[in-house]
Amino acid sequence: MAHWGQLMFQDAASPIMIQLVALHDHALTIMIMVVSLVLYMLYSILTNKFTCRTLLEAQEIETIWTVLPATILVVLALPSLRLLYLMDEISQPTLTVKTIGHQWYWSYEYSDFLNLEFDSYMLPTEELQDGEFRLLEVDHRMVIPMQTEVRLLVTAADVIHSWCVPSLGIKLDGIPGRLNQTTLSINRPGIFYGQCSEMCGANHSFMPIALEVIDHPSFTQWVMTFSE
Amino acid sequence: MSETYVTKTAAFDVRFPNANQTKNCWQNYVDYHRCHKIKGESYEPCEYFKRVYRSMCPNEWIGKWDEQIESGTFAGKI
Repeated sequence: MAHWGQLMFQDAASPIMIQLVALHDHALTIMIMVVSLVLYMLYSILTNKFTCRTLLEAQEIETIWTVLPATILVVLALPSLRLLYLMDEISQPTLTVKTIGHQWYWSYEYSDFLNLEFDSYMLPTEELQDGEFRLLEVDHRMVIPMQTEVRLLVTAADVIHSWCVPSLGIKLDGIPGRLNQTTLSINRPGIFYGQCSEMCGANHSFMPIALEVIDHPSFTQWVMTFSE
Repeated sequence: MSETYVTKTAAFDVRFPNANQTKNCWQNYVDYHRCHKIKGESYEPCEYFKRVYRSMCPNEWIGKWDEQIESGTFAGKI
């Protein structure tokens, strides 16, 4: 999760987030090179003493400063498009979790086997235990198994919400009357936090997302506690 | 505990390759009822559609549509 004074991304917990971080670094590297070159040229033009009143044609430099930026744009666009379509991809999910945004809480439904359904409200500050995070902890976390392909369906019951967990690289709008799908595939166990990311009213800031990722046997055990 | 649960969910459907799965849920719901109408209430294979729509549709939608079918106001063609 995020910590005080954090400048960069949270630690990636899913293959998609690893690639998003790599794309960010790639774009930033190119940006730094471009900015350095531009600054250097500005500086050298402003400080040299040459003048050229009769410059008519400069085919060579024209070609370079047309082709080079075009190449740079392609080098930026292709990995970005690749990742954009990769994020939409779903292959063989083993579990479907539906998450529904309400004013102002999330509710989760697991209806592949048992028809599990529960609401997830933020814990008020005075009810927090040691080690729990203010404005992020919820009373019932969403639980999913790690290293498993999970289909996540996001929708909303009243206004538009957005289900977002930064360390997984996921932000998906929940729109009333529409089902949005994405894949969750998480590398490691842990608890991941996120917040509603679409202005949804007075308590928009107070409907966090807490995701508990555990191994498969523990997940089965968790499911079993509901069957009693 | 004698009950066993299989972790299995609705498979990828080539008719709905995009992020928007609204029609996937709806189509399977309609197909389930259409299947029963054509094949009779006891026809087992129809249950496949039910498993899919139960996995895909929010419970609230299913409840609403069930009520509409009962009162004869359901918008789909069954």
